Amino acid sequence: MAAWRLVLIVAHKDLRAELRTKEAINSSFSFALVILLLFSFAFDPTAEVTREISGGLLWIAFAFAGALILNRSFAREQPNDCLDALIAAPVPSAALFLGKALANWLLLLGVEAFCFPVFGIFYNIRWTRQFWPLLLVVVLGTWGFTLIGTMFSALTVNIRLREVMLPLLVYTVMTPCLLAAMQATSLLLAGEPLAGEAAVWLRFLIGFDVIFTSLSLILVETVLAG
Amino acid sequence: MRKNIIYVLAVVAAVLLVRNLEVILLRVPVDAEQGNVYRNLYFHVPSAFTSLLGSILAAVASIAYLVYKDLKYDALAVATVEVAMVMLTVTMVTGSIWARVTWGIWWTWDARLTSTFVGWLLSIGYLVLRTAIEEPTARARISAVYAIFASADVPIIWFSIEWFRTQHPAPVLRAGGYIDPAMKSALYWNVPAILLVGVILVLLRLRQEEMRRELDGLRRLAHTLS
Repeated sequence: MAAWRLVLIVAHKDLRAELRTKEAINSSFSFALVILLLFSFAFDPTAEVTREISGGLLWIAFAFAGALILNRSFAREQPNDCLDALIAAPVPSAALFLGKALANWLLLLGVEAFCFPVFGIFYNIRWTRQFWPLLLVVVLGTWGFTLIGTMFSALTVNIRLREVMLPLLVYTVMTPCLLAAMQATSLLLAGEPLAGEAAVWLRFLIGFDVIFTSLSLILVETVLAG
Repeated sequence: MRKNIIYVLAVVAAVLLVRNLEVILLRVPVDAEQGNVYRNLYFHVPSAFTSLLGSILAAVASIAYLVYKDLKYDALAVATVEVAMVMLTVTMVTGSIWARVTWGIWWTWDARLTSTFVGWLLSIGYLVLRTAIEEPTARARISAVYAIFASADVPIIWFSIEWFRTQHPAPVLRAGGYIDPAMKSALYWNVPAILLVGVILVLLRLRQEEMRRELDGLRRLAHTLS
């Protein structure tokens, strides 16, 4: 079977499993709301300054809330030894990984699609002014941190204390991706066009995505099959 | 034989360090603008250099482990990461003391400082990850993958943050500014001294890892015999 079909099958399986229970996306979205609430105490939500750091706030909320989905990605296969079955199945590790990453990415984009309007209302930000450039940044940024999150979910699947150490590992490695996404989003929300500084950050995001997608695809076999 | 090499190197390092301390503290002139505090430069720069070299070696050793599956490369990786982490701590502490006197602040989120800090966190992550995995080959494999991810991250972090903000003084030796020959030679002498300390620590750590592996083997043997 063609590799891309296997990728789609795995992604479809994961999406269906998640959409039946909706446990991860519900808690992820609610957690994002809690973070937005807490930020309103840390900063004056109506001040002009908040608008300047809004990209940062939004991505911190995405990254923290997204971790709930990403961390579970491989751990979910642990009961009933599903992971062993998946690894034993005639699916290359890279396709399995890509399928899972794809499913996580779509789920995260779904959560973010709900977060944007809420964020716009709570913080009085007109995020629709530059919809398409913003969408591009969100799509690329989310792919970057989905990739790291999914990879580290696979890396730590058999480790005791995984919940304790995963945040330390994941957030440090995704630093450049989050930095670029935050900067680009802040600039776009401030009404600047996707040129100059914002375009440089966008190129950073693309670079990060390309480098880490290839690294993950090369290394995932070692991680899963040993 | 290995033990004797370590002893010889230690004697050389001790002589070199005593000689350098005498030069650094008593002979080299006071900096015209910064006063005496600049003298910690003689430790700041060599330890930064040693930690950089250690990190590169750790990345190479990690790749070598994945290629050859020989645990001696894993031992080399963990030894160099530990030493690099210590050297990075020395760099940050000496830099911080200098900054307090010269800039009036302990820390600033400048490019070099931020990327050094991220690098430090990445090495902490590596060491924490290792503590959580019992089985030696799984530990070696998983931490090697993490090390490759982390080392791919470092240049990206460096460029992204460099582009973001810079306040750190430009490298004195390359920038072509005037530097007293006595100062320059004191700095050049202390680089090999600190590097040698790093090498000795790595060699000691390697011996320790070998002994631990031997001990593990003996324990397993005793277990099967009893």
